[in-house]
Amino acid sequence: MNLTLHVWRQQGPDDKGRLERYQAKDVSPDMSFLEMLDEVNEELVQEGREPIVFDHDCREGICGTCSQVINGQPHGPQAETTVCQLHMRQFKDGDEIYIEPWRARAFPVIKDLIVDRTAMDRIVEAGGYVSVSTGGVPDANAILIPKADADAAMDAAECIGCGACVAACPNGSAMLFVSAKVGQLAKLPQGRPEAARRVCSMTETMLDEGFGNCSNHYECEAACPKGISVKFIAMLNREYLKAMPKLKGKKEA
Amino acid sequence: MILDSKCPSGPLADKWDNHRRDLKLVNPANKRKYTIIVVGTGLAGGSVAATLAELGYNVEAFCYQDSPRRGHSIAAQGGINAAKNYQNDGDSIFRLFHDTIKGGDFRAREANVYRLAQISNNIIDQCVAQGVPFARDYAGYLENRSFGGAQVSRTFFARGQTGQQLLLGAYQAFSRQVQAGKIRVHPRTEMLDLVVVDGEAKGITVRDMVSGEIRCHAADAVVLASGGYVNVYNLSTNAMGSSVTAAWRAHKKGAFFANPCYTQIHPTCIPVSGDHQSKLTLMSESLRNDGRIWVPKNKGDRRPAHQIPEDERDYYLERKYPSFGNLAPRDIASRAAKQACDAGLGVGSGRGVYLDFADAIERLGEDAIRARYGNLFDMYQRITGEDAYRQPMRIYPALHYAMGGLWVDYNLQSNLPGLFVLGEANFSDHGANRLGASALMQGLADGYFIAPYTIADYLARTEPGKISSKGDEFRDSAAQVEGLTNKLLAVNGRKTVNQFHRELGHIMWEDVGMARSEDSLKAAVEKISALREEFWNNVRVPGSGADLNQELEKAGRMADYLEFGELLARDALNRDESCGGHFRVEHQTEDGEAVRDDDSFSYVAAWEYGGDGQTPQLHKEPLTFENIELAVRSYK
Repeated sequence: MNLTLHVWRQQGPDDKGRLERYQAKDVSPDMSFLEMLDEVNEELVQEGREPIVFDHDCREGICGTCSQVINGQPHGPQAETTVCQLHMRQFKDGDEIYIEPWRARAFPVIKDLIVDRTAMDRIVEAGGYVSVSTGGVPDANAILIPKADADAAMDAAECIGCGACVAACPNGSAMLFVSAKVGQLAKLPQGRPEAARRVCSMTETMLDEGFGNCSNHYECEAACPKGISVKFIAMLNREYLKAMPKLKGKKEA
Repeated sequence: MILDSKCPSGPLADKWDNHRRDLKLVNPANKRKYTIIVVGTGLAGGSVAATLAELGYNVEAFCYQDSPRRGHSIAAQGGINAAKNYQNDGDSIFRLFHDTIKGGDFRAREANVYRLAQISNNIIDQCVAQGVPFARDYAGYLENRSFGGAQVSRTFFARGQTGQQLLLGAYQAFSRQVQAGKIRVHPRTEMLDLVVVDGEAKGITVRDMVSGEIRCHAADAVVLASGGYVNVYNLSTNAMGSSVTAAWRAHKKGAFFANPCYTQIHPTCIPVSGDHQSKLTLMSESLRNDGRIWVPKNKGDRRPAHQIPEDERDYYLERKYPSFGNLAPRDIASRAAKQACDAGLGVGSGRGVYLDFADAIERLGEDAIRARYGNLFDMYQRITGEDAYRQPMRIYPALHYAMGGLWVDYNLQSNLPGLFVLGEANFSDHGANRLGASALMQGLADGYFIAPYTIADYLARTEPGKISSKGDEFRDSAAQVEGLTNKLLAVNGRKTVNQFHRELGHIMWEDVGMARSEDSLKAAVEKISALREEFWNNVRVPGSGADLNQELEKAGRMADYLEFGELLARDALNRDESCGGHFRVEHQTEDGEAVRDDDSFSYVAAWEYGGDGQTPQLHKEPLTFENIELAVRSYK
């Protein structure tokens, strides 16, 4: 099949950026979306032009690196599928495809389709862990965890940290991302001792980093390649309310 | 030179305890005076950085990804082994040790592997304490599954995303130390040289992948945890950015490279669909617990799978290896698939075999299979467009893991003092073939529980902060890296980096792949050398060095593959025997099993860089087996 691409090109953070048009010829339905872009890039390099840069790494939907908005949808049209796992059989001959970077205040564009997502790391640094050091821990089976709790924790823990939830949210909120980590650790006995401090610290860091708040659009859940449920945002809010009286809004507890 | 592994003496079970007693310590007040560079933030790099920082050292952590949470350990699906014996099925530390040595076809160090088996239990405890959500039963206890090469259930798992969950556990411990100010992270930064001062590793030179700036960093010790090298084959299950570059540049500065010919080809990957293919996707080995592997008995049988009657199918693993059946080790299962396809029995494009779940679905129900492997079936459908609940999966072997790597002693220290190599980047524990669910175990054992002790022993003998990144060695290193970048940009030829990578991959797969011969390996050495020459005359790298330039990044890695690929072929040529993942067609039994030559090749082959275009020099570390009997590996 032959396709027309409109790709966001931006030389750097200070460049205004614009959509440029490319033709993708003889695209096989068995190609992944990124392999289709690889082929377009091969031609650009042959012509001595700068290829389109985009983030990608594992190409199996788990590392969370790839990040493209395709026809207005983060990660494209297929549900629960990262860009790297999206295959060209989802498109048809003659399609026009618009490819843009994640767009959010907290994710400045570095170049073309690559954005800076280090703000998400800083949210985790603020408390997205159990404060245990290596060594001196009890036997693994000494901590019993009901299957339902372990499963719910795993549902949240599947987050790959790609940032599609932020790109999909009209407020540029990272609530789904934050709630996935808060939810995972809140469900486990190991995470309870620090639960109050964690939820306050991570939420406040999220706001400090320029992410918005949640106003229940549920776009994040629809865009999430791992199908993380917005019920974790409800859990995040409950955890936050429970924590408020204990901490009086302070990060340090 | 005969290499000294520095394995402690005494009974096997006491070696590590005795050794730890003898290792020197750094007192708490002095730890903060030392700085350690860690390259790579996968399981090994993330866990060692976190642990060293918890102890009080200053850590400078580097990764080429945009975040330290994305190392390719994240893609490991199936699980992590430990000798807990929670299932009461006869497991023990000795049995895990025995299975690992045997699985590695008797080409690993006994002392290292025993230590790994001992530590395996601490890893599970640590990860649970961090909040890793391993699978649990209704009583709240941990669940286990079985895996290739073992007859006990010792594998712990978190759905089909065990690597992800363990890596996030390490990343979270790491992040806590970033917050504490003990780790400084350098994302989107690629190591391009090791700096050696007075014979010891004291720093690295890196390229900032956003600004293009070449920078030097000095430290009291350097840890490489930069992963494996099988992308030298172009198509593999590794991430696109996984490369040999950090290890190779260290090798060129004097670190020995051990057993590069030990590469693992994983039997259950999704077959290649066309020339556009950029990488291959693994289907977890755990699928072999319930899936049955078969091909049609008759050549050229093009009927859809469900129309081929039972008696016209060959369940060849069950037939050849009745006691392990579909759970035969990876090298054996891969070779058997290749033999079936070479005999014209392959399905799909001819390069594939069936992995069939029909029996398991009938026995357990579709829901049970969905609960176990749902995410893998979904992934298979996204990639192939086929529904594996209705028709068998098509699978074919693909490059997956590097058992070889930089040579290290029992302390995980290279022959260059001050350079420690962890995880897949070293050669140490898997011999000639790694068993499933052992890579995660090794990465975390190295990072959480071994290197923090042995690095202290090295640091205790050095004066902290002695080296400055302003020294001559650093200046020379930066100039060399700058020179290489400019050279790549200046060629301005007609072929893209990807074209070269495909050509190299083709040579490697055909001549240095699953069946190697003296002729094919000699031919490979010639072809790689010719391709390398063409590369330096005809590669095209657009753009500049002072910018984010992905073609330039790829070109630098490609230059290294073109040198390293030759070493891999030379090592395979030198090892005139078959063992594990290294199969020389000259050395096989009548029914195609590998034949080792213990008298001549029971050694680690450690190669010293000989200089540009020069033959590398071979050093040997003899392998001795005191606790396990060398035997013909049998899974029948």
